[in-house]
Amino acid sequence: MAAPLSVEVEFGGGAELLFNGIKKHQVTLPGQEEPWDIRSLLVWIKKNLLKERPELFIQGDSVRPGILVLVNDADWELLGELDYQLQDQDSILFISTLHGG
Amino acid sequence: RELKCVKCKEGQPVVVIRAGDAFCRDCFRAFYVHKFRAVLGKNRLIFPGEKVLLAWSGGPSSSSMVWQVLEGLSRDSAKRLRFVPGVVYVDEGAACGRSPADRAHTVAEMRLLLQAVGFPWHVVTLEEVFSLPPSVLRCFPQEPVGAVGTYKVAVDSYLQQQHALGPERAGGSPIPAQEGERAGQPCSHDPRGLAGPQPAAQTEALSQLFGSVKTLTAKEELLHTLRTHLILHVARTHGYSKVMTGDSCTRLAIKLMTSLALGRGAFLAWDTGFSDERHGDVVVVRPMRDHTLKEVAFYNRLFAVPSVLAPAMDTRAPEKASIHRLMEGFLLRLQVQFPSTVSTVYRTSEKLVKAPRDGRATGPRCLLCLCALDIDASDSATAFGAQTLDFSQTQPPTPRAEAGSPTEVGSAQDCCQGAGPCRRDDPRARVMEQLCYSCRANMKDVPSFDLLPPYILAEAQLRSQSRASQDIQECLVEDS
Repeated sequence: MAAPLSVEVEFGGGAELLFNGIKKHQVTLPGQEEPWDIRSLLVWIKKNLLKERPELFIQGDSVRPGILVLVNDADWELLGELDYQLQDQDSILFISTLHGG
Repeated sequence: RELKCVKCKEGQPVVVIRAGDAFCRDCFRAFYVHKFRAVLGKNRLIFPGEKVLLAWSGGPSSSSMVWQVLEGLSRDSAKRLRFVPGVVYVDEGAACGRSPADRAHTVAEMRLLLQAVGFPWHVVTLEEVFSLPPSVLRCFPQEPVGAVGTYKVAVDSYLQQQHALGPERAGGSPIPAQEGERAGQPCSHDPRGLAGPQPAAQTEALSQLFGSVKTLTAKEELLHTLRTHLILHVARTHGYSKVMTGDSCTRLAIKLMTSLALGRGAFLAWDTGFSDERHGDVVVVRPMRDHTLKEVAFYNRLFAVPSVLAPAMDTRAPEKASIHRLMEGFLLRLQVQFPSTVSTVYRTSEKLVKAPRDGRATGPRCLLCLCALDIDASDSATAFGAQTLDFSQTQPPTPRAEAGSPTEVGSAQDCCQGAGPCRRDDPRARVMEQLCYSCRANMKDVPSFDLLPPYILAEAQLRSQSRASQDIQECLVEDS
């Protein structure tokens, strides 16, 4: 049984537009059977934070191609991507690269 | 698992570049900065002391570019960048349906950044296209720059000059800031009075124009075209001979595929290459073309490069809304499974060569995109020829023009192949026949050319008249 987790979820590069324009969200994930990982975090985000157009953020069980994920300012590719297990006080940042330059 | 940076073998990696190269923060920074300097150094197109206009949209790529220039100018003298930068920001809010309050907010944020950066800056609104002169659509060819030797000579002589000025000056800071704070004024005072309507009316006119365009694809293309003309005008007016745009590797790969789908295959080298000389006196360069969007996003985050987000016309658009969106989705999705997709497409673009078939390209140019029309309009076997033929035959009959016009002279019959009233009487037809294949396809989605900024119609008329008088001249010579 995993204890509740307190994490900061941040959106940038335009992704925040899908979340009422709010960039930083302090989130408490409830305790549950399975440990929290990015995969289950995404499900949680879709259900609880995403205000509109889920297909612009999530595709299948991962993020839409073009959206970068950083955990504590490090590339999620270095941490196992969807399988990375969240720890208390982690900061997860989603940056959309899908708009202009 | 303790992974180490592939470069220094010591640092803790923070980002994965390409297919599996993990870099630590410091090595990533060095890699990123080096790429920027290398692209400029390799191409040797920017001469010391040259005035270069940086096109800053506020987005991540162009913001990163501006920051690289800022850092590059402040290095120790041996490795310092040597050109003279200025910045232009275009407020496109009217074309995207943004409220005046939102636009003002974004512009205010940009101004703060512009002031912090310290280069001379110009803020213009897209509405100013209604005040552009027809000459913005003309190419002013320059003498070819010449061999590499010219560049080396220029650099050496610049260094000698700096040395002669004395150590305090040679190592000094770049141009003083605030030489030009442009607060949304028209870029030039056109003596012929093509100033156009008042600002609020211009906003309404722009809004109407974009509102009338039938497809998002055509809107995006039209926006790109107008923006290019406007920036070109700012550059010419203020003496900039180069314009730098922030197109990244990812964006250019998408652009290449999109351009193919839009029928711009012949112009890929100019649309996606490092340098674009189609305007002649002002050359557009793309120094960010080796950087992927991922690298840009990471760099900006790790090293606090500020950017200003302005919702564009395609923000939140579904994937099939335009060809641009479709291509973007296609390439980025493919990239997830095949991480060398973007770089493969990009490498292809590097191989494109710009040689015109027979030496200098002096033929007619597309009225809007200004690329050389490498076509034979009477060859109906090509797509372009078929468009042209179909075009002249489906024009509704127009009333005869006044006396003295080209239609009353015998030679005009040859130009239209006797297919009815001369299409040059119809402003729409007149513009269409001066466009390349893809610009024609786009403009078909613009129902009324009356809504276009006047410079386009004016230039179309000028070119048409000049060609008509050329036809007459030829006819006269033959007769005698």
